[in-house]
Amino acid sequence: MKLSVKLPVKLPARTAVALAALVVATACAPQTSGNSSSGKDEKTGTLRVWLFQEVNNGPKEKVVDAAVSTFKKAHKDTRVTIEYIPVETRAQRMKAAFNDPKSAPDVIEYGNTDTAGYVKDGGLADVTEEFTDWSEAKDTDPTAKQSVTVDGKIYGAPFFVGVRALYYRTDILKDLGLEAPRTQAELISTAKKIRAADPDLYGLVVGGAYTYGAMPFIWSQGGEIAQGKGGSYAAAIDSAAAQKGIKAYTSLFGADNCPAAKCAGMTGNDTVTAFSSGKAGMAIGGDFSHAAIEAGKIKGKYAVVPLPGVKPGSVAPAFAGGNNIGVLKSTSHRTLAVDLMEQLASKKTQSELFDAMGFLPTYTDVRDAVAKKQPFVAPFVKTLASGAKFVPASAAWSQIDASLVLPTMFQEVISGKKDVAAASKDAAKKMNDAFGSVG
Amino acid sequence: MTTQEAVTVAKAAAGVPGRRRARWTPWLYLAPALVVLGALLVYPIYQLGLISLLKYTQAQVSGGEPTAFEGFGNYTTLFADDQFWQVLIATLVFAAACVLSTLAVGCALAVLLTRVRALPRLALMLAALGAWATPAVTGSTVWLFLFDPDFGPVNRVLGIGDHSWTYGRYSAFALVLLEVVWCSFPFVMVTVYAGIRAVPSEVLEAAALDGASQWRIWRSVLAPLLRPILVVVTIQSVIWDFKVFTQIYVMTNGGGIAGQNLVLNVYAYQKAFASSQYGLGSAIGVVMLVILLAVTLVYLRMLRRQGEEL
Repeated sequence: MKLSVKLPVKLPARTAVALAALVVATACAPQTSGNSSSGKDEKTGTLRVWLFQEVNNGPKEKVVDAAVSTFKKAHKDTRVTIEYIPVETRAQRMKAAFNDPKSAPDVIEYGNTDTAGYVKDGGLADVTEEFTDWSEAKDTDPTAKQSVTVDGKIYGAPFFVGVRALYYRTDILKDLGLEAPRTQAELISTAKKIRAADPDLYGLVVGGAYTYGAMPFIWSQGGEIAQGKGGSYAAAIDSAAAQKGIKAYTSLFGADNCPAAKCAGMTGNDTVTAFSSGKAGMAIGGDFSHAAIEAGKIKGKYAVVPLPGVKPGSVAPAFAGGNNIGVLKSTSHRTLAVDLMEQLASKKTQSELFDAMGFLPTYTDVRDAVAKKQPFVAPFVKTLASGAKFVPASAAWSQIDASLVLPTMFQEVISGKKDVAAASKDAAKKMNDAFGSVG
Repeated sequence: MTTQEAVTVAKAAAGVPGRRRARWTPWLYLAPALVVLGALLVYPIYQLGLISLLKYTQAQVSGGEPTAFEGFGNYTTLFADDQFWQVLIATLVFAAACVLSTLAVGCALAVLLTRVRALPRLALMLAALGAWATPAVTGSTVWLFLFDPDFGPVNRVLGIGDHSWTYGRYSAFALVLLEVVWCSFPFVMVTVYAGIRAVPSEVLEAAALDGASQWRIWRSVLAPLLRPILVVVTIQSVIWDFKVFTQIYVMTNGGGIAGQNLVLNVYAYQKAFASSQYGLGSAIGVVMLVILLAVTLVYLRMLRRQGEEL
């Protein structure tokens, strides 16, 4: 019987060929969805909206519901379904929506650093015309407008902005007989004095992975992440001015302020946690961190000022974070969707959203009005008014962000692996590769 | 028996005339398994290979830009990246250390299991199963907390103040290694323990009567008898530890200070998948597949050469 077992051995070559042919025949190129604009513009039907789920979402829902009911009064026979999606998994949800236009929403809220990427992915509709004709849009602050603009075209309406400033402990500074710092040099020396007086405290708590806390140091020295416009950006992070800023920020990592072994790996959230639990004299936090710090053990013992720049009385330019509202290219209700976008991003809704959630409005006049009501936002409004900055409006930014180019650069300097010149040159090279790859 | 006779026998057995039918019969029986394997294994690998040759990012998936054939462009980009080679070496060394430690701990505890009484054995089993059942994210977070410079109990017990374990490259890798060993030794232990229980006790008694030491019994009696099991757990461990992701991602905050603790999987995620460069990510996937296949084949080959059929 030995041989009969061997018989099949003669066959595999033929069968393998047959199998391979089968595989090749059934498996064609990977999937690509036809994600062009639908061409339809229906005036009735259902609009689907995706908004972000906030930590405490109830008040946001109330504001949104009010805006939607105003919208529905103006548009009879229209239904609006709103879904709140978690921020952490937004990338997957959005990708899925772009891949399958049938199950995609009509209107979305999105993070403003994602704008260029979503435009390149072919997801967002160009609303330049409607935005320009919209009466309220003329009061939009220029930085917020920049965050919806790619190559001169507008892809949505700013929803709210977020900006960072300097939180400091009033009790500690008073004990040491110090004033709130007015220049960058004073900021650094104050930080070291706090640490020297109490070695259990970080002076100014900083993080090696806290890109948006570090950027003001670079911007205030006149440095930039990258320069250029439209499709062609070139990294500028290795310029002399930027290197000065990197040097200033990384000088804060040391036994005399924030020891490298503990601070090099910290993110922005880690620094805010350290400050709110009373382990730091100062921190760079956002208007959106206010609630977390109020809930901490230092409530009533801190104040906020704009992060000082190089010259006395100047403000270090901050990163203008925040979210936008956009319309998806695949929508079959374009006119309605744009109307709803304008309703959600209107002055009235933004003002109510501030009352409910504390999110800063994107209109300069509305922002000034709310600052009068809520004094704690004054330093943030002042920071925005003195000119905030934005990341390069390039699809390459998400790639640069995901591959941690800037945190790696700061950490290389902090841990002494490279000097500022070498680290910034390497970062510039990686950024240019990314800018080049998206064309 | 000649071929002709064998065919006649096969024909008779199949009860059908004709030579062709008999030749195809085994494949007919294998077909369901082959179809499942083809669908679940061959097709995805084929797609992986295909995508690695394309410029395929989110823009291509959602139809913003046409898909373009790039040849080996993704591979050239990858191999030209110095960081890739550093990460590759770190991954190989780290995985080797993890495999050796896991096997050593797992085998030692399996032998221990056969030597202790029922109650301690139950306790050890339960502890091991607990570690095994803990999700990787949870395990990593707990280990990180244990070694936290400010609040962790380890530093307090050792009395080393606020020493940070994740700052140095090697101490961070060592910390992750501990966690990886902790969550993967139970599989080795349970499997090897089952193997030891299946070894006839006469063999062990004979060895003991001949005056063999514990170590000698393990080396000359148990290890050879357990060879097939050890081969399986080794290959499994190699594959798991080479692909470790969660532990590094969680414990070193996505690759450590300035990326010093990156391993290939985390590198692939950051470099490619997080920014939707699926083509480049697939190229990294293909490289990992080739390395794992090579390691496994070389290992099996080495065992063969030592004259053992598996």
